[in-house]
Amino acid sequence: MWKTILRRILIMIPEVIILSILVFLLAKAMPGDPFTGSINPKADPAQIKHLMKINGLYDPWYQQYWNWVVHLFHGNLGNSYQYQEPVTRLIGGRATNTLWLALLTMILTYALALPMGVFAGRHEGKLPDTVIRVYTYVTYCIPFFVILVIGIWIFGYVLGWFPTTGSITSGTTGWLRTIGSRFYHILLPAVLGALFGTVNIVQYLRSEVIDAKRSDYVRTARAKGVPSKDIYRHHIFRNSLLPIAAFAGYSITGLLNGSIFTETVFSYPGMGLLFVNSISYRDYTVITALVLIYGILNLLGTLLSDIILSVVDPRIRIE
Amino acid sequence: MGYFLILGVENENLINYNQSQLIYKAFLYTDKRRVNKFYLRMRDKLENGGITVENATDFLNIKDVSTAFKINGQFYDAISHIDLQVHHDEILAIVGESGCGKSTLATTIMGLHNPAETKISGSIDFEGTDLLQLSDDEYNQYRGAKIGMIFQDPLSALNPLKRIEDQISEVMDYHSTFTSAEKHDRVLELLDQVGIVNPKRTAHQFPHELSGGMRQRVIIAIAIACKPDLIIADEPTTALDVTIQAQILDVLREIQKENHAGIILITHDLGVVAETADRVAVMYAGQIVEQGTAEQIFNTPEHPYTRSLLRSMPQRDNENDDLYVIQGNVPSLQKMPQTGDRFAPRIPWVPASAHEDNPTMHEVTPGHLVRCTCYRDFQFPDQPEKGSVTE
Repeated sequence: MWKTILRRILIMIPEVIILSILVFLLAKAMPGDPFTGSINPKADPAQIKHLMKINGLYDPWYQQYWNWVVHLFHGNLGNSYQYQEPVTRLIGGRATNTLWLALLTMILTYALALPMGVFAGRHEGKLPDTVIRVYTYVTYCIPFFVILVIGIWIFGYVLGWFPTTGSITSGTTGWLRTIGSRFYHILLPAVLGALFGTVNIVQYLRSEVIDAKRSDYVRTARAKGVPSKDIYRHHIFRNSLLPIAAFAGYSITGLLNGSIFTETVFSYPGMGLLFVNSISYRDYTVITALVLIYGILNLLGTLLSDIILSVVDPRIRIE
Repeated sequence: MGYFLILGVENENLINYNQSQLIYKAFLYTDKRRVNKFYLRMRDKLENGGITVENATDFLNIKDVSTAFKINGQFYDAISHIDLQVHHDEILAIVGESGCGKSTLATTIMGLHNPAETKISGSIDFEGTDLLQLSDDEYNQYRGAKIGMIFQDPLSALNPLKRIEDQISEVMDYHSTFTSAEKHDRVLELLDQVGIVNPKRTAHQFPHELSGGMRQRVIIAIAIACKPDLIIADEPTTALDVTIQAQILDVLREIQKENHAGIILITHDLGVVAETADRVAVMYAGQIVEQGTAEQIFNTPEHPYTRSLLRSMPQRDNENDDLYVIQGNVPSLQKMPQTGDRFAPRIPWVPASAHEDNPTMHEVTPGHLVRCTCYRDFQFPDQPEKGSVTE
């Protein structure tokens, strides 16, 4: 199993290199340069040319790429034009916010989806299954941001149970209160994200359970005289959770995409909101850094999926 | 010509066993080895005191069993009014084309049908208990313990995520008081018994690491783990090549000898039947159309379906001829005729008056039963003399 994991990690190295080249070239392909407009608009073009030259912007792309990578390894992603602040510091604070939101969303998603999917599959065709299926179809049909807006309207304004913006109430002191306030702020976006995120997992799990129920190995287990509840426990659950476990890593991608919507709608200061703002202000250094981070996180997600799969499924291990 | 086996006339056991047929014509066998094996088996039987068909007690008595499946809200019989007995130390073969209800009969005995989608009537008397009256929990005391089932497809019948050892010892978890060390020993013993060369290694492997023949052996090991009285083997050799087939059949026979089990062998391979079975039941469209001892069925087949099946087998003495093909197909469940002889549409040259309106079983010779009266004058259109067997 360690062999499989090691091999999988080695494959990731060229993936990261290709990703970074793509991100770098995309950034280079964007129109404009870092100096026009950032200093005096009436600046002498010759002066700008000089600045470009001493900053290495006339070097061939591979040399520029190399310099960029070297800076990257020194933790230097450049300065944000909008905030006039190092990109690393800018992202650092928001990444934690996004991390907590994503984590809570993920926990809630699986806590809701696993019981629902298994229950629906087990009682296939009966009333609870129908209710769960209708819920998944309806949720699936509604765009995510509409769900968010409806959620805010009901729970934020009509019922007034949750705050609708920010990550913490200003002026909160004491570590316990701080944690409480943060949790209070991410609860609504996390629940709404989870309600949306469950849909795929529930549907998938439901059909996996139904498939497993009818599989030959379950028939064998019944022919062994294994009671029904043990068949579910030992044969059906584990086998149908397999693709779900594999899906878990990939779902990180979904969470990050979701965070762009959630954070925008809730004005929650995380990476998603920063990303959207940076695009509107053409804050290239921030965009490049975020795209790179999102890309690497996605690669890590797939790595995680493959590792989980190789742990739970003996068939794909390399002996 | 095929080979002949002449079994001693003076042996009383043989007469008991064989009733009227003293000469077995091994017309199905294509090589001498198989004939010899059959001869040895017969001799063994006689020397061991030959438990005969007549004096063995039947411990499984299937009476008037019908199983209907729900299709689009309506129930259709997959098997109807099956009467069948199985004795100890006996291999009963059930033969017939695909879709004749052989596997349905097996899964009905095992109680593996979803009660919401099936309707089962009749009674299955197993050692004095009517299995069909049992609750699911009570049934579990029989499944795996007293009745073992060997499944057809050895890959999909094993859980891909569990080690072989866990899959075999799972039976014992529910039907024995073994400690885990005892279970481990028993698993190795079983794997050895079914002919796996390195039981320790295999026990630790996953199904996908084994070959088809080894998987089938594992399935057999699961079925016999608790020494069941009845073993149902649903096409145990279909997915395997011929050499492995022979080995698997040997394993089954050895186990039977040891446990005195009764075996129901479901197959459509008549060669396997001729080689292993003591009695044969021929099924067509959910009904038993003929049953008798292997000798009766192979020497004097009566029902047109049985004769057609035997005629469509490759035989040694007419290998240049085209094989006989039975016209048409087995009717689907929804199109099953409810009255009359179900096989009639496939022998259209037989006049309707030859069939019974409600075909019943007729005893031709003791123990040899044939459905419908049409067998009496049945002839193949291209072969005027009676019977598929030519001297």
